[in-house]
Amino acid sequence: MDNLFILLLIPVLGAIALAFVRQPRAAKQLALLVSLISVAATIPFLVNFVPDASMQFEQRFAWIPALGINFHIGIDGISLPLVLLTNGLIPLIILSAFSYEYKGGLYALVLFMQAGLLLVFTALDAFAFYVGWEVALIPIYFICALWGGENRIRVNIKFFIYTFFGSLLMLVAIIYLHVQVPSGDYELSSFYQLALDASTQRWIFWAFFIAFAIKMPIFPFHTWQPDTYTEAPTAGTMLLAAIMLKMGVYGLIRWLIPIAPLGVAAYGQLALVLCIIGVVYASIIAFKQNDAKRLIAYSSIGHVGLIGAGVFAWNVQGLQGAIIQMVNHGISVLGLFFVADILIRRLGTRDLAAMGGIAKSAPALAIMFLTIVMGAIGLPVTNGFVGEFLLLIGIYQYGIWYAVFGGLTIILAAVYLLRMYQKVMLGEPNAQTSGFADVSGTEWIVLAVVVVLVIGIGVYPKPLLGISEAAVTELINKVSLVK
Amino acid sequence: MSAIITLSLLAILVLYLGLFKARRALLPVSLLGLVATVVLYGVQWGKTAEPLYSGMVLFDHFAVVFSVVCVILTILVLLLSKDYFDKSSPHVAEYYALLLFSLTGAVLVVSFHNLAMLFIGIEIMSVALYILAGIRKKDFASNEAALKYFLMGAYSTGFLLFGIALLYGASGSFDLAAIKEYVVSNPQGISPLFYAGILLLIVSLAFKLGAAPFHFWTPDVYDGSPILITIFMATVVKTAAIAGFLRLFYFCFIPLQDFWVPVLLVMTIITLFVGNLTAIVQQSVKRMLAYSSISHAGYLLFAIVAIGATSANSVLFYVTAYSLSTIIGFGSLILVKRATGSEHFEAFNGLAKKNPYLSLAIAIAMLSLAGIPLTAGFVGKFMMFSGVLADYQVLLVVLAVINAAMGIFYYFRVIVAMYFKPLDRDAIVVSGPYRVVFFLAALITLLLGVYPAWLTGLI
Repeated sequence: MDNLFILLLIPVLGAIALAFVRQPRAAKQLALLVSLISVAATIPFLVNFVPDASMQFEQRFAWIPALGINFHIGIDGISLPLVLLTNGLIPLIILSAFSYEYKGGLYALVLFMQAGLLLVFTALDAFAFYVGWEVALIPIYFICALWGGENRIRVNIKFFIYTFFGSLLMLVAIIYLHVQVPSGDYELSSFYQLALDASTQRWIFWAFFIAFAIKMPIFPFHTWQPDTYTEAPTAGTMLLAAIMLKMGVYGLIRWLIPIAPLGVAAYGQLALVLCIIGVVYASIIAFKQNDAKRLIAYSSIGHVGLIGAGVFAWNVQGLQGAIIQMVNHGISVLGLFFVADILIRRLGTRDLAAMGGIAKSAPALAIMFLTIVMGAIGLPVTNGFVGEFLLLIGIYQYGIWYAVFGGLTIILAAVYLLRMYQKVMLGEPNAQTSGFADVSGTEWIVLAVVVVLVIGIGVYPKPLLGISEAAVTELINKVSLVK
Repeated sequence: MSAIITLSLLAILVLYLGLFKARRALLPVSLLGLVATVVLYGVQWGKTAEPLYSGMVLFDHFAVVFSVVCVILTILVLLLSKDYFDKSSPHVAEYYALLLFSLTGAVLVVSFHNLAMLFIGIEIMSVALYILAGIRKKDFASNEAALKYFLMGAYSTGFLLFGIALLYGASGSFDLAAIKEYVVSNPQGISPLFYAGILLLIVSLAFKLGAAPFHFWTPDVYDGSPILITIFMATVVKTAAIAGFLRLFYFCFIPLQDFWVPVLLVMTIITLFVGNLTAIVQQSVKRMLAYSSISHAGYLLFAIVAIGATSANSVLFYVTAYSLSTIIGFGSLILVKRATGSEHFEAFNGLAKKNPYLSLAIAIAMLSLAGIPLTAGFVGKFMMFSGVLADYQVLLVVLAVINAAMGIFYYFRVIVAMYFKPLDRDAIVVSGPYRVVFFLAALITLLLGVYPAWLTGLI
């Protein structure tokens, strides 16, 4: 049962079936069922995974033989956490959409996107990687543009052109690398063996970096992000923030740095500085936000900036931290956006100033929200702590001042997230918030799962770290960046 | 060879059917004849090809494949024509006959082995089209289209003839093999006449292809002609033009690459930008598609800039992807125009609610034209980019990438109108043949996008 094709095919088939379901109730149930099957299908991979540095569960067939393209996929310690993240969060995202009456179309797009994301995280062939990269983009465009807010058309065309342009640059780099490969294929391993000269690696660096930086997003490529997150329906925001931005980070680790180490040696420091600027910049803006969704959107830029900095520091701790923090951030940001969705749905506004005193009438929500906020801040015994601690160690080894400014995320995140918590939950209830209904039904399930994950990973992160340790160490040893 | 004879006889037969008022038989007979032609070509496949009739035509794999593409595209166009022509004019038989004559010309253009044949093919193809463009006698735009197309076409024919004459003057032959021999055997002593001839041929072929700076007729002619004729011009004629272009240059002029590649490079870049920038500002879908067809001519020229063994396959894939999407694009425009009387983007508003399957087909076509993965259009662009990058033309590809991103802007306007702009409207009635054509075109677009290996190694 540990055939990777099955893992990719389940969401695709589910999506095709769901496209024809018009009954909202039936659509919900079928979508949940398919996503749970995906979760079940992931278990054999987790169980049979050997925590060493090797590539496992590899599958390959000749896709376009005339052009040397193979459909080659596999999992190692770096991709497995992200596969787990994707398949684990999709059911929660589907559950969180249960409060709305969507037809099968939305769920079909979600599942189709899941297939694209899985392909990105497992692809070992550059062409397959690129296809997955774009296949993940189309559904999210439609999700955001069909069910989004009032500015959705303008915002989403900007988002689409921005990311599409970035990925086209990556395509140019991929084809260029392919031309250099003596065996004429697109295999990741062939790309690793190319020893290109420094000037080539430098532009290859930018071609990949811009694509990934737009996706994450890294300052100054982030301008599409707050608008898109705000205008998207909650399911779309969750997909974007919790899973899709990890494509960018994963791309850095898997493709950019090992393929163009000389380029990274030349510009890695600049990239790291951009990441840190993003941390401080986004955190300050987040502090001034009164729009709940926008605030979380900016917090996401800040957090992902720290992850990016950890990757560019390029040492075992930084990379380990980046991988576990990708998972943690996915979980936390999903929780945060879900709480925001509950608030917005019940109060009909995104304005924090109109909220307050909700803790009185909704104690369960208040406690779970607090746990998620703590996880996002990175308090000890929550998941965020483990990741940010490792990231900061990694960045510290690179340079102490980077760590000082990077460390601001923790402090600044505490400031703006606690401010948000205070404005929403504490204080005196007003006319709207006095009768606020506490969480119920599927909301309970989603929030409870998130809270359990936040505390569970925080208390005992070892299994998750163990998955990636060998692969990360091997990668760092293989690719050394000369400063 | 039997295929060409079949085609010509078919056209004459259809003309006579019109004479005897056998109106109902026109479409079935034409379709049957075209299917028979495809079969005759299929028989040809795999045999070693020899130049026929004193080296006039050569049915190698290249010729067979592109001829079959032209014939199949014509079949799709004819399927769309059921009850379209009846509404425009009482003389229906002429439409069918002229389309078939034009197709015969197109088939000659892709299989010539002698410059005289190239000239005759282009003329047969074009003269029929001059009439077709203006076949709505009472329609002002249609008349304008025909006149413009004819005048400009006559000029380009002049260039073509002059170019052929110069090549003949230098090499002493019309035969491709002899011209090739001339180029290969005296690399130093090639006459300036020959270079001038190449330039003139580029001008006239770029005109037929609709590449800048010889594209000015395209928007007006595409816009003014009846939509069905526009489809034929944008698909079959373009296919034939690029295939003929490639055939001539691949056969004869590769050793002189250093001379003509820079010229084509500049033309390609201008074509991309002109097509895309003007397509962005259009308000009419028909004009948008017309300008977008110019930009696609630019992408097609990539194959000639990076001329080599893989060029033919790239062109085949690209032209197939492009033509299928164009058929859906213009075909749906026929339906939308019939229902709303408008060709503007707004006419597509809210279509997805009432015609979900039609909208899906249009969306697939637009995504394919924009070059999004899992559609044939992406693989086509990918092959073009690969070919050019293998020649280390990084700048050209980066410019092309910018253009591809611009393309999103106008192709997505159709999708945005259909899906995101709600409007109460009546469902459009999609007749049987339209369903078949749209279904087939969308399905092939997706299949080729998911598993391109069916077509990538054909030639």
